[in-house]
Amino acid sequence: MLSALTPWIDYTVNGLVIGNIYALLAVGLALIFGVADLINFAVGSVFSFGAYIGWVCAAYLKLPLPVTILVVILASALLGIVIERFGTRPLQGRSRIAALLVTIGIGLIIDQLLQIIFSPDPRALPSGLPDRRFTIAPGATIGTLDLLIAGVGSASGLALWLFLSRSRIGWAIRATAQDSEAARQVGIFTDRMNMLVFALASSLGGVGGLLIGMYYNNIDPSMSFNATLKGIVAAMVGGLGSLPGAIIGGLVLGLTESYGIGIFGASYRDLFAFVILLLVLVFRPQGMFQRAGRAPEPLTGTFIAWSRPLRLPRPVQAAILLVVLVLPLAGQPYVTQIGINALIYGLAAMSLTLVAGTVGQVSLGHAALLAIGGYASALFAANLGWPVALTIPLGGVVAAALGTVLIYPAFRMSGHYVSIASMAIAEIVALVILNWTGLTGGSMGLSGIPPLAIGPIDLSDARSTYYICLGLVIVMALLQARLLRSHLGRSLRAVRDDAIAAKSFGLSPSRYKMIAFLFGGFGAGLAGAISAHLFSYIDSNTFGLDLSILVLTIVILGGLGNIAGALLGAVLLVALPELFREVAQYRELVYGLALILLIRFRPQGLLGTA
Amino acid sequence: MTLLSVETLSRSFGGIQAVRDVSFTLAEGETVGVIGPNGAGKTTLFNLLSGHERPDSGRVAFAGREITGWAPERLIGQGLARTFQHGRVFANLSVLDNVLIGASARLRYARPNWSLLGPLGELLRALLQPPAVRAEEAALQAEAQTLLHRFGERLAPRANHPAHSLSYANRRRVEIARALAARPRLLLLDEPAAGMNESETLELQHLLLDLKTQGQTMLLIEHKLDLVMQLCDRVIVMDDGAVIAAGTAAEVRRDPAVIRAYLGDSAAAKGEFTQVPEVTL
Repeated sequence: MLSALTPWIDYTVNGLVIGNIYALLAVGLALIFGVADLINFAVGSVFSFGAYIGWVCAAYLKLPLPVTILVVILASALLGIVIERFGTRPLQGRSRIAALLVTIGIGLIIDQLLQIIFSPDPRALPSGLPDRRFTIAPGATIGTLDLLIAGVGSASGLALWLFLSRSRIGWAIRATAQDSEAARQVGIFTDRMNMLVFALASSLGGVGGLLIGMYYNNIDPSMSFNATLKGIVAAMVGGLGSLPGAIIGGLVLGLTESYGIGIFGASYRDLFAFVILLLVLVFRPQGMFQRAGRAPEPLTGTFIAWSRPLRLPRPVQAAILLVVLVLPLAGQPYVTQIGINALIYGLAAMSLTLVAGTVGQVSLGHAALLAIGGYASALFAANLGWPVALTIPLGGVVAAALGTVLIYPAFRMSGHYVSIASMAIAEIVALVILNWTGLTGGSMGLSGIPPLAIGPIDLSDARSTYYICLGLVIVMALLQARLLRSHLGRSLRAVRDDAIAAKSFGLSPSRYKMIAFLFGGFGAGLAGAISAHLFSYIDSNTFGLDLSILVLTIVILGGLGNIAGALLGAVLLVALPELFREVAQYRELVYGLALILLIRFRPQGLLGTA
Repeated sequence: MTLLSVETLSRSFGGIQAVRDVSFTLAEGETVGVIGPNGAGKTTLFNLLSGHERPDSGRVAFAGREITGWAPERLIGQGLARTFQHGRVFANLSVLDNVLIGASARLRYARPNWSLLGPLGELLRALLQPPAVRAEEAALQAEAQTLLHRFGERLAPRANHPAHSLSYANRRRVEIARALAARPRLLLLDEPAAGMNESETLELQHLLLDLKTQGQTMLLIEHKLDLVMQLCDRVIVMDDGAVIAAGTAAEVRRDPAVIRAYLGDSAAAKGEFTQVPEVTL
C-alpha cells in the first residue's frame, strides 16, 4: 500500500522543488509587471546568466557556496539594472508590446554572448553540498540540495514580503505599482523604483538559474528559453502582477509537471505547461487567484507607430524587379541559395505582416503555421504519393484552416496576451508534432520528403527553386496588395486601431482577425511547405520560437503591415548576414540588436507602417 | 411612430448605480437631448443603447423589435449608429476610409451572409473583386465624398490625410460623418460639440439642424445648453443615474429639480436659471 505511494511522494518533492524555481522566476516577472507594466521576456536569459556566473564562482574559482550565491545575486542584479536603464526605460509611455519585444531582443543578445563566452556545450555545475538524503517516508527521501532550494525559495519569498510591506522603499514600490503618475506626484522617483525592481527580479532569476544548474548538475545557454516560458506560465497562472499568485502559480506548475511526467512520461512535460497557460488565458486571464476586475488590457493601443508608408518610385521598383529576375543567371549558386532563403522568409514575413501589422495581432507563434504547412505537404506527398505541385498549395490550405481554428481562442484577447497565447499555441503544435510519432515520425522527424517537381519535371535545382519561390512571392504580394486595397484593407486596420469603434460599425473583431489568419495562414503554410520539400527533412525543431521571433523582427524592420517592407526586411536580415560570413555566426546578436534599435529609434520600420 | 422605447433600464458598476430605472420613448423624426451634470449616467445610458454595456434589468425596443443586450455589431445593422464622447476615430486610417468604415454594415456583396463560411467568402470576394463588389465599393466611395462635403471645407480637402493628423474638432466631425455613412434610423451623438469653440459649435448646429429637417432622428448628450435649446424638440434631464425631468427645453429649465441638480439648493430657491454653467471636459 505505502510502496505504491512512494513514487508519488517523490513526484511531489520533485514538483515542489522545481516549482520553487518557477516561483522565483514568476515572482520576478510579477514584480516587473506590477511596477513597470511589461512582461520581461529576458527573464530566462538572466536565469542562464546566473547559472553561468555560478559556474565561474563554484566550478572555476572554487568559491564556497554562500559566496557563490552572493556573487550571483549581485551580478544578476547588476544585469537587471542594465536591462532597465538601457532597454526598457527609454520606452516608457510606449505600448506595452514594444517593451516586451525589446526584452526579447535583450534575451537574444545575452544568450548569444553566453554562447560565445562559454561555448554552447553543456557544463557541469556541482553544488559542493554534502550528498546526504533524509528519509521522509518509507522509500522516499529528500536531499540536501532539495532543502537548499526550498530554503532559498521560502527565504526570498519571506524577505520580499517583509521588504515590500514594512520598508519605506517597499511602500514606494507598491505605490509606483498602483499608480506611477500619482507616485511621481508625491515625490517618489519612479525610475529608481523600476530599476530597483529589475534588480530584485533579476537577482531572483539568477539565483533560480544557479539552483537549477546545481540541481541537474548541468547548464547550457539553451536553458533560457525554457525558463522564460515556465516563468511566464507560472506568473500568468497566478495572475500577472500578484506576488502570492506567482508563488502558488510556480508550485502548481511544478507539481502538475511532475505528476504529468509520472503518468504520461517526460516528453509530455512541457505540454502541460502550455495547455494550462492557454486555459488560463482563455478562461481566467486575470489568473487563477485574482478576482475578475476590469478588462486586463485596454482594447486599443497596438504597436503601430503613426507614419505613412514610403512609396518606391516606379523606376526603382522596375530596377529591383530586374535584379531579382536575373540574380540566378549570374552563375553564383551560393547567391542563388541565399536568394531562395530570403524569398521563403519573405513569404513568411508577408503573411505575418498582415496578421501582426494590418490587423495588429502581434503573434509570437507564426512558425507553427509554417510547421503545419510543411508537415501537411510533406505527408501528402510522401505518404499518399500526391504530386508536390498539388501538396504545396494544399499545405497552405491546411495551415490556413488549422491555424485559424487553433488561434481562435486568442481572438478575444488583445495586446501582449495575444503574443503569449500565440506562443503557447505554437509550442503546443510543436509538442503534438513531437509526440504524435505515428504520423510525424516524432523526434526522428520526416526524411525523404519528395523534391520540388511539376509532374515528371524535376525542379529541385537551385535556379528552378529560386524562380518557383520568386513566382510565389510575387503572386502572394499582388494578392495581398489587392486585399489591402479592398474594403478589407480598411476594415482590418479599423479593427486594429479601435476594436470598440469598429464593433459599433458592424465589424466584429473576431471575424476580421479570422480573415487575416486565413490569408496569412495560407502564405505561411506555403512557405513551410516549400522549405519542407527543399530541405527534404523536417522535424519539430525546424519551425520553433526562434523562427517566429526572426520573422517578427523582419516584419518590424520593414514596417508593420507593409508588404514591400516585409520583403526588404527578409533580404536585410536573412540574406545580408549570409553574404558576410563572419557575421553569420553572431546572427542572434544581430537580430537582437536590430530588434532593440528598431523599436527604440524607428518603430515605424524602414518603409513605414501601413 | 415610436422608434425607440426604453423601459426601466438599470445598470450598476460595483456599488454604483450608474443608470436607474430610466424610461423614455423617441418618435421617428424627433430630436431629443439628454442633459445633466457630469457623472449623471448619460454616457452609460448611451452605452446601454448602443450595446457596449448590457443592462442589469429593463428593456429596449427599437423599431418595434426588442434589442435589449444586443451586441453593437448587430445594432448597426438595425440602423442604430453612435459617436463617442472622446472621439474614437481610426487614427491610422484616412478621413475617407474612416467614413467608409461607417458604411461597413451596408455592404451587401462584399460581405456575404453565409453563416460559418462568411469570413472565407468575404476574403475570396475581396481577392476576386467581382463586378458587383466593385460597383458597390465605387458607389460607397462617391457617397462618402459627398458626405465629406457636407462639412464644408473642413474635411473634404483632408480626405486622404490620416485621422491622427486632424484637430480635435475635425475628429468629432469625422465621427459624425462616419456615423452618417451608416444611414442610421437613429443617430446617438455623445457630446458632439465638446472641444469646439463658439463658431465651430454654431457650424455644427447648422449641420445638425439640416439633418433634422431631413427627418433624421437624433438623441444627443450635450453640455452646451444653447445647442440643445436650438436643436431639440424635447429634453431629458438625468442626475445620479435617474431621469429627474423631461419635457420641452422651456419646461425643464424652470423645473426646480433640474436647477437643484445643476446649482444646488440655494439656487433652486431663486427660481429659473437661464444658463447652465458650461461644463466641458
